[in-house]
Amino acid sequence: MSESTFEPKIVGFLCNWCSYRAADLAGSARIKYAPNVRIIRVMCSGRVDPSFVLKALSMGADGVMIAGCHPGECHYVDQNYKTMRRYHMLKATLEAMGIEPDRVQLVWASAAEGELLASSINKLVEDVRKLGPLNWPGNWEEDGERLKALEDIAKEHEEAMEVQP
Amino acid sequence: MSDNNNKKTEAAPAKAKGKLAVYWAASCGGCEIAILGIDDKILNVAEAFDIVLWPCATDGKVRDVEKMADGEIDVCLFNGGIRTSEQEYMAQLLRKKSKVLVAFGSCAHEGCIPGLGNLNDRRQIFDTVYKEGSATFPENPEDVRPQAETEVPEGTLHLPMFYNTLKTLDQTVKVDYYLPGCPPEADKIWAAIVAILEGKLPAPGSVIGSNTTVCDECKRTRTEKKIKKFYRTWQIKPDPEQCLLEQGLPCWGIATRAGCGALCPQVNSPCIGCHGANDGVEDYGARLMSALASVIDSDDPEEIQQIIADGFPDTVGTFYRFSLAKSLLRRKNQAAPAEMAENASVK
Repeated sequence: MSESTFEPKIVGFLCNWCSYRAADLAGSARIKYAPNVRIIRVMCSGRVDPSFVLKALSMGADGVMIAGCHPGECHYVDQNYKTMRRYHMLKATLEAMGIEPDRVQLVWASAAEGELLASSINKLVEDVRKLGPLNWPGNWEEDGERLKALEDIAKEHEEAMEVQP
Repeated sequence: MSDNNNKKTEAAPAKAKGKLAVYWAASCGGCEIAILGIDDKILNVAEAFDIVLWPCATDGKVRDVEKMADGEIDVCLFNGGIRTSEQEYMAQLLRKKSKVLVAFGSCAHEGCIPGLGNLNDRRQIFDTVYKEGSATFPENPEDVRPQAETEVPEGTLHLPMFYNTLKTLDQTVKVDYYLPGCPPEADKIWAAIVAILEGKLPAPGSVIGSNTTVCDECKRTRTEKKIKKFYRTWQIKPDPEQCLLEQGLPCWGIATRAGCGALCPQVNSPCIGCHGANDGVEDYGARLMSALASVIDSDDPEEIQQIIADGFPDTVGTFYRFSLAKSLLRRKNQAAPAEMAENASVK
């Protein structure tokens, strides 16, 4: 896909109490942001298991946003600190797997920060657009020689392993 | 099971003895030894089954298996991941010929250590072995590499194709049961064989074993987990009573399927996670990262990053030691930017 026609697919996990409301606010205040993000509302950013992010990337997302309340302002007291730790742990692993750090971003946006959330989404989309498609599904496909190699084995067994009377 | 065998295949022996196959693909061979670990009960196995193929221990021929009717083998214990076309061919063949196919041990189940090869591709692995002077090929000035096809005066010679990505057995063919562990413990192997003989197997597709974590079987004292610094095993001498993770040793009992009786923590060595995840967990490493990150004792992003960087110089090898091939991402990005490839190949 050429860079000009590439539209990044972004999955956004937004917490119910702050960031999702920020997205709502952006909507009612008519603040425009890139339509590339598919928002999933979770009760808390602490609910975002690293496997959610891995699953999104493995199924074709080009980037992921995790957004929650500012540290110290979590509706569930301190769960977003766990988000912060998980995020850094996950990022270290993703980098070792050859996934650029900019593809997964953590944003703190309170219910009053519609503008901030919109600009963070735009930034993530532009960052990922620069990186190009991730295209993870198919990363493990073998090349076309595989089927021929398999057929050759069966053929050889028939020819070479048969005891002639 | 053996009754079925009689009805289905005319060629079955009159005594209604079952047929057993054991195969070894991309794995170290420890699983083969583990089967012999059931000691003299191996004779009971030989009593109950005709061993039709077990290249490591008996003289069976692939060609004979090829000539069998479909489903003629009652049980196949398959250890090892799928790295070459020959292994894939054998997996397909044994799947077709077996009523029950068991992914035996961590390699067939989750890819295990050979699966960590998924951090590299074929070219990088061949470079290491044939170019950079390995023990196998200390010198190779002409840079000779294995080829799938080689022309010689007598005709064409074939070698199995070496894949870029190691796959688990169930990413290749349908698997009926999994026996986890690196290798599976002898008593669990025997229990599985008895279950097979008595026809008391769980629902197809299940992992034969417990569905709780190693922590549940561990007798160490647990209080509160708050970790400021992670240690490598050689850096501290752990207290024999207290939870190893609480002492800062990365012990994976928190996310690992029980069944081993917490063998490693019992001898002051952290659990390394060879039994893989419990039912319902899609990605072992993610579960581990999630649990581990939540007990890091810091709320400062920079300190958190430092604790992680100091404690886990090889993140993938640490969190996915046994399960990279089975994980959601399966392998490293083949199109990773060059500078990232350099960094990540540091083991």
